[in-house]
Amino acid sequence: PIATSEIFKLAFSLQAKMSRPVQAQRLEGIDKNIWVEFVKLAATYSKVNLGQGFPDFPPPDFLKEAFVRALSGENHMLHQYTRAFGHPPLVKILAQFFGKLLGRDLDPMTNVMVTVGAYQALFCCFQAFIEEGDEVIIIEPFFDCYESMTKMAGGTPVFVPLRPKAPKDGKLMSSEDWKLDPAELASKFNEQTKAIVLNSPNNPLGKVFSRRELELIADLCVKHDVLCISDEVYEWLVYDGKEHIRIASLPGMWDRTVIIGSAGKTFSATGWKVGWTMGPNRLLQHLRNVHQNSVYHCATIAQEAVAQGFQREFELYGKADSYFIQLPKELQQKRDWLVQSLDAVGMKPIVPEGTYFLVADISKFKSDIPDVPDSDEPYDSRFAKWMVKNKGLAAIPLSAFYSGPHKSIYNHFIRFCFAKEEATLKAANDILQKWKQEKTSP
Amino acid sequence: VEFTKVAADPSIVNLGQGLPDISPPSYVKEELAKAAAVDRLNQYTRGFGHPSLVKALSQVYERVCGRKIDPLTDILVTVGAYGSLFSTIQALIEEGDEVIIIEPFYDCYEPMVKMAGAKPVFIPLRYKNDGNSTCSADWVLDPAELANKFNSKTKAIILNTPNNPIGKVFTREELQVIADLCIKHDVLCISDEVYEWMVYKGNKHIKIATLPGMWERTITIGSAGKTYSVTGWKLGWSIGPQNLIKHLQVVHQNTLYTCPTPLQEALAQAFWIDFKRMDDPDCYFYSLSRELESKRDRMAQLLQEAGLKPVIPDGGYFMIVDVSTLNVDLSDVDEKQPYDYKFVKWMIRSKKLSAIPLSAFCGPETKKQFEKYIRFCFIKKDSTLDAAEVILKNWNKQTA
Repeated sequence: PIATSEIFKLAFSLQAKMSRPVQAQRLEGIDKNIWVEFVKLAATYSKVNLGQGFPDFPPPDFLKEAFVRALSGENHMLHQYTRAFGHPPLVKILAQFFGKLLGRDLDPMTNVMVTVGAYQALFCCFQAFIEEGDEVIIIEPFFDCYESMTKMAGGTPVFVPLRPKAPKDGKLMSSEDWKLDPAELASKFNEQTKAIVLNSPNNPLGKVFSRRELELIADLCVKHDVLCISDEVYEWLVYDGKEHIRIASLPGMWDRTVIIGSAGKTFSATGWKVGWTMGPNRLLQHLRNVHQNSVYHCATIAQEAVAQGFQREFELYGKADSYFIQLPKELQQKRDWLVQSLDAVGMKPIVPEGTYFLVADISKFKSDIPDVPDSDEPYDSRFAKWMVKNKGLAAIPLSAFYSGPHKSIYNHFIRFCFAKEEATLKAANDILQKWKQEKTSP
Repeated sequence: VEFTKVAADPSIVNLGQGLPDISPPSYVKEELAKAAAVDRLNQYTRGFGHPSLVKALSQVYERVCGRKIDPLTDILVTVGAYGSLFSTIQALIEEGDEVIIIEPFYDCYEPMVKMAGAKPVFIPLRYKNDGNSTCSADWVLDPAELANKFNSKTKAIILNTPNNPIGKVFTREELQVIADLCIKHDVLCISDEVYEWMVYKGNKHIKIATLPGMWERTITIGSAGKTYSVTGWKLGWSIGPQNLIKHLQVVHQNTLYTCPTPLQEALAQAFWIDFKRMDDPDCYFYSLSRELESKRDRMAQLLQEAGLKPVIPDGGYFMIVDVSTLNVDLSDVDEKQPYDYKFVKWMIRSKKLSAIPLSAFCGPETKKQFEKYIRFCFIKKDSTLDAAEVILKNWNKQTA
């Protein structure tokens, strides 16, 4: 009798186990990822890839040389673990470099932490500060992981849109024309609000938030005691003499802001996956806790090379030879080239103030890809898929950067990356020109 | 984190933290230089693992496991084995779950399980031998005690073979006991096999995933850092059935998205080089093991001559040592810390030799059982072992 009851108990508990999914609940609603899908499509079909955000030109020579020096030098210990919270030479130069820009004494050991790309820095922030019951304000359109990372931490994303204002007659729209409504923004803050995510310069629009706009956000953060997760990975890519302003430098903000940066974007080496966080120790200590229980160490050699890259830039800061001056200069030209290219064929670009992305209105090309009224998929996503398969040109639909219910609002825009060699941009132009001709000829 | 700070002092002979001070093989460094020279390889690669790397891993492990492994669906590349442990636990473990952890254990298992909201359930390896010399095989699980730890809440068991810190290589019979319980209770197995290539004469590394009924419920974790002596590359991987790996991939795409490209490419090339000579004794997987075995033997002898009692490991690059025989009186030191913590701090200060206290690898209940042991790492170059030799030979000449 004892044996049978044990068998029954086991059978019931196994039955219960089998009816539960094997995966944890925290994965609910975050399994879909636009990049997995679109990167695969680009890899399969694209002849010209202006989709995923990475340069197709190499990192600067001085950086590549630093990498080779580090891996082949006498100190083979660079192939072993370094300090978990950041390779000492790197955190030291980051503290020095950004301390100067922020007008603040930064302690490399407590005010800086290195991460596996800015992506992991974001992950640490959400895991450290957000939990069930917390709301996180996200400005649309947004880099898509903000929403899924909020959810994975058990938080609730609250969206507030940038709203486009029609440009003056005859002028092209600028990312500057997309603005927050101050009253609308204020209405999103409540007792549950734990953090707001700011991304300036903004991916995908390229908006560079002005001092006034940042003050608006800062005032609300201070008033409601809210944290600011400030994703500034495109900090050096600002055009037309615009200034990138760090919200942490505004009154009352240093103590409640985590600044996120990226070597991948700074030095055109996205495959190195070196990022960092900066902020007050009272916040960084929690990031260190998450980091040491998830990744622990970051790869050493790339950190050594990035440290040397920053050392060079520290010495050349503000001078013509500085990579931080040359890169935006080069990219501004590419931006202007692509803007012209798109405008010439009838795709209406929104001229970005920063980043290496621009968004264009493809309404004039809609006839090629008929609308499917009851489709679950947003129009621009179908458009982008059709375009890569049939024209070999890869871009990303703007709906990828909107929350579920809002995906159909701006569904006739696609995002192009212009951090590409001249030859690539020319090839894109050829595809667009040919496409236009096919449309106009009977 | 605590002990790496203390031992950063260059005047101290560091046998504590588990990292090699030997150079990685030159072809590994060359492949990295080659990869970094290719423009495309300095930009993002496939999120779940660089194509040439997952292909190479699938070939190597198909050979080892004797089954087909799909590089795109059955493998995830992570930031070190540490990242694989994190992805696995975040993907499959949550509040309400219990996870069995065998003591002594690599210290991150417990906080990772807790971070996922689950309850760690500990079971110790127990020393069963009355003889003079001890080896890691003497440390065993009590089958009845193990069976008792399984219940309806048990979601997974974490297995580490070869084991850090003891160096135990679980035998087929021992793995079968664990496998039987996993199957009976429908429990997952998280198998940390980072030291898989470091097994010494007379021992064989067996993958629990190859036992009947286990492939579908096991995630096997490996490490480039340990395989190629490049801990600073921080590349690891999880291998398992698609229906489990897909959840790890979801975690990965929401945590760091992709791992560094040039390192993955270089690792892929290194794997091809060694895959081609897997029938050859010169294959790095075997040659490193031979090199380590002689270091192990040297370390053991030095410790014995100094009056310490090492536990000879069958695998891995760590050796635990019973220091109670020295009878070092530390009763006047801060009482709240376990004996081994106090001993290590004393040894670092007075002998300029560092190690890791074993109670760092235990749950709260068993700290007393393990506090007479400290852990040494022997994947060190000859000059480091020479320096250790000097200290150990002079040990008894200085009074405590």
